[in-house]
Amino acid sequence: MFADRYDPLQDEMVSILTPDGCCDETLRPDLDDEQIRTMYRQMLTMRLYDRKAVSMQRQGRFGTYAQMEGQEACMAASTYPLEPRDWIVSSYRETGAMWMHGVPLKLLSLYWMGNEFGSHMPDGVNVLPVSIPVGSHPLHAVGLAYAGKYRQDGSVAVTYFGDGATSEGDVHEAMNLAGVYEAPCVFFCQNNQYAISVPVREQTASPTIAQKALAYGFPGVLVDGNDIMAVYAVMQEAVERARRGGGPSLIEAYTYRLGAHTTADDPTKYRDDAEVEFWRSRDPLLRVQKYLHARGAWSEDWEHELLEACTGEVEQAMNDAEAVPQPPPQDMFRYMFAEPSAALREQEAALLAALQVQQKG
Amino acid sequence: MPKKSMRDALREALHEEMERDDSIIVLGEDVITHGGPYAVTRGIDEKFPGRIRQTPISEAGIVGTALGAALCGMRPVAEVMYVDFATCAMDEVVNQMAKVRYMFGGQTDVPVVLRLPSGSARLLAAQHSQCLEAWFLHVPGLQVVVPSTAYDAKGLLKTALRGKDPVLFMEYKRLYTNECEVPDEDYAIPFGQADVKREGRDVTIVATGPMVPKALEAADLLSPEGIEVEVVDTRTLVPFDKATVFASVGKTNRAIVTDEEVKRGGTSAEIASLIAEECFDALDAPVKRVAAAEVPMPFSPELEKLVVPKTEHLVAAARELVG
Repeated sequence: MFADRYDPLQDEMVSILTPDGCCDETLRPDLDDEQIRTMYRQMLTMRLYDRKAVSMQRQGRFGTYAQMEGQEACMAASTYPLEPRDWIVSSYRETGAMWMHGVPLKLLSLYWMGNEFGSHMPDGVNVLPVSIPVGSHPLHAVGLAYAGKYRQDGSVAVTYFGDGATSEGDVHEAMNLAGVYEAPCVFFCQNNQYAISVPVREQTASPTIAQKALAYGFPGVLVDGNDIMAVYAVMQEAVERARRGGGPSLIEAYTYRLGAHTTADDPTKYRDDAEVEFWRSRDPLLRVQKYLHARGAWSEDWEHELLEACTGEVEQAMNDAEAVPQPPPQDMFRYMFAEPSAALREQEAALLAALQVQQKG
Repeated sequence: MPKKSMRDALREALHEEMERDDSIIVLGEDVITHGGPYAVTRGIDEKFPGRIRQTPISEAGIVGTALGAALCGMRPVAEVMYVDFATCAMDEVVNQMAKVRYMFGGQTDVPVVLRLPSGSARLLAAQHSQCLEAWFLHVPGLQVVVPSTAYDAKGLLKTALRGKDPVLFMEYKRLYTNECEVPDEDYAIPFGQADVKREGRDVTIVATGPMVPKALEAADLLSPEGIEVEVVDTRTLVPFDKATVFASVGKTNRAIVTDEEVKRGGTSAEIASLIAEECFDALDAPVKRVAAAEVPMPFSPELEKLVVPKTEHLVAAARELVG
């Protein structure tokens, strides 16, 4: 319905929940207040995690961290329609989406602390490890989707990437292949308007990213990425379409990165405070709060309760991750191949011997 | 025992393994209509409908899709029409396929086989004639296989198709039509086992791929002069069988390392330095390398002949070492 009614060439954007928290009743998705409250809590957890992660990086306890503040609705709402059998293949800014699909915050923290085991997904959690080169990973989602279709297992692969990634050749190849193979794949582009410092208008001459889908032969929908209802509704449609054999979709979620690109970036160098302030007024959490408040489903007491509970959850996860010992040196040789080669065993023995000498010395 | 070409042996391995394991799927450009540029995948579509898929001209797409499918239990065999075009997929090969098991904490198998037609053939010029083994063996996480005979090709491809890690399977175009005895029965050749293709006492030629038949020719030519050449075919470069190479050098005390790659930074450099590092005391003479000139492959067939290392270069190198 959205794919048919909203023309990305005309810059038409799906919007259901306004920044004032008013809902367009004609488009309201099947989400009751309790579900919205759950999603609010999830977004709040992401927000708190994100801020704590930045603080951890400043203290030297996290590595370089990619912030997601401002994009919580994209992640909470786009993962909500997924089933456990579905796959998530994400870039480095989707900590929230990975968590939503079953990766514990402790593991995600372990990853950002530099422990490879942070990418060791629990059984049954269909999430690939974060891929750092921009735009490489949507192809893996196409592969997963292709395999799912071949096996007829009904799974859908969702891949997340940013506006900058759409300039990469691999993203073109991924969408082109997905189109040709009618792969059950959803391309979810979080257009947060900057690729590090480069604004989206310097990234592409297309007025919208969503319209690129038309050239690949599948629907592209532009959606307000700060609107959980719209993101949920559009995503639900795309996932259902993929699951019933209708092929891929591209969703462009128009959002804004309120934080820096990563903890190694200083956004004051390329954008002004007024712009950030404008987007603060469109905060995805704020509008849900307003919506719930108007329906008597939000109170300050509840907010305090949530803040306390979610902060505790985040801190617990990070503390648990910090308590995990550093990986042993053998690990780097152990996970290269199913069975280490003779050369690897030799190098492992040499390293261990050298470490022993060092310890004795 | 029946004689078969390398092309037929490879095709046989694919068919037999696809019969055995229905998670094997085949991807690549023109792999159905033409069976790929060298007809290796011909007949698969008829026998295994739905399990072979032609792709758009999209090398990164082929490798990335194969990788994604492998991560959820499929076993893709992807053909990149020429190894030269693997450069279009280097991010997927180097940053993704090679590293995903490690980055996943060892959690997943990555059974992707990339079939990569390699090396010179007449009139294929600079962008269709390269030998890029050295690029790949430099990257931790990839296995690099270079068969030199039809027998080895079948046995090694079977191991590749039964393994759990990515394999770059270098198929030398000039070897596709070479025939040798290949049994109809099932067999597999483990990785990391070099093969002494001919025994000799005076000098070892460590050869890969298309240089193996040339080394054997050189051995034939030198034998009447009283120079007995031992030919060691590496078969796999990663994993690499040092033991067999070192044992041979320990016996002959002289080594020539040869491949068709550009000499600078080539596989021969790696093997020669391993020998120098670990067999120095056994050597009676410096290690020699016979490889290609540091130029792109010329289009002109006459010039091409001057670039590809030849039997006579091996003969000359052996005479120099022994004489």
